[in-house]
Amino acid sequence: MSEKKTNLVDLGFMDARIKLIDIAAFLDRIDRHDQSDDYRVSALKGAFPELLSSETGRAARVLDLLSDQSTEPVSESNMQGAFGAPSPDQ
Amino acid sequence: MVSRTTDDYMALACAGCKAVNEPAFWAGFDRASSQGFYDYFRQITEYEPKRAAKFCIDHYCWLCINPKESEDVVLAREVISIIPDFLQCDNVLGIGEIGLNKNTRNELQILEEHIQLAIDHDQMILVHTPHLEDKLKGTKLILDALCNHSSIDPSKVIIDHVEEHTAPLVMDRGFWSGMTLYPESKVTPNRAVDMLELYGHERVWMNSACDWGVSDPLSVPKAILEMRRRGYDDSFIDKVVYLNPAQFMGQSPKFKLS
Repeated sequence: MSEKKTNLVDLGFMDARIKLIDIAAFLDRIDRHDQSDDYRVSALKGAFPELLSSETGRAARVLDLLSDQSTEPVSESNMQGAFGAPSPDQ
Repeated sequence: MVSRTTDDYMALACAGCKAVNEPAFWAGFDRASSQGFYDYFRQITEYEPKRAAKFCIDHYCWLCINPKESEDVVLAREVISIIPDFLQCDNVLGIGEIGLNKNTRNELQILEEHIQLAIDHDQMILVHTPHLEDKLKGTKLILDALCNHSSIDPSKVIIDHVEEHTAPLVMDRGFWSGMTLYPESKVTPNRAVDMLELYGHERVWMNSACDWGVSDPLSVPKAILEMRRRGYDDSFIDKVVYLNPAQFMGQSPKFKLS
């Protein structure tokens, strides 16, 4: 490591602040439009406690919470994309 | 980089890029027949190297039918049958990007047949792992499929699109980890550097996604900037962005940096 090291809070705080406000605004928006009853929103909210954790590894645990935890291959799929959170059917 | 313009080759050249890897991937739509793949394989083994060479960039590629199109096993087997005709091309490094997309039984069957193809022809392997909610499960299924073959050498397999929750799984089994960088939708340059800090920098490479969606050929240079900001010296950066990929690809006698 060199001697020059940037203050990472200086570098990243504004970006994190913007993303946090974006999430809050997103939740307000879908409430206003009566669209908060969606499994993806529930999955998102289920990951929020990790943000308050003081234990490192938050990103990995959030990803785990938004992952399909089943282990067997599925018989077939009628789509190619993904939605970002496991479907309640999975 | 069939999905990109010459502006991107110019940007890469100006940023110091010496070589690009083009895994056979989705065309943005499902191809109607194996003939479509034959033409595509010609494009990435004949024409695309010439396009890259105009910018003093060496072009290498990997061949397969990608997981998004491997649900149709009849088509997939037809495509697999034509791959050996191209394996002797000068810029073909191996089989890829194979893997899974929606973690189906058909995809897994075709993954197995691609692995056997690589074994039969002594080829390196580049693996694509599924996206988003399917990645964790798919990565585990892929690792199991690879480890079921005793003749697979993990040092000649790179498993791409790792994220924080899958990188340790890949590394623990001795495979190379690929971090494909995107501006925002998947692993960002900042998160890639985070993963180097969390999991180490051996058997890891990072690459800039250059696909049909929003992606940035200069993502790796941006990760370099992030490493500099965090105080990493030139030798560390050189290992991660240059020596590591050169070490992996150098296992193929075809890989030579001009």
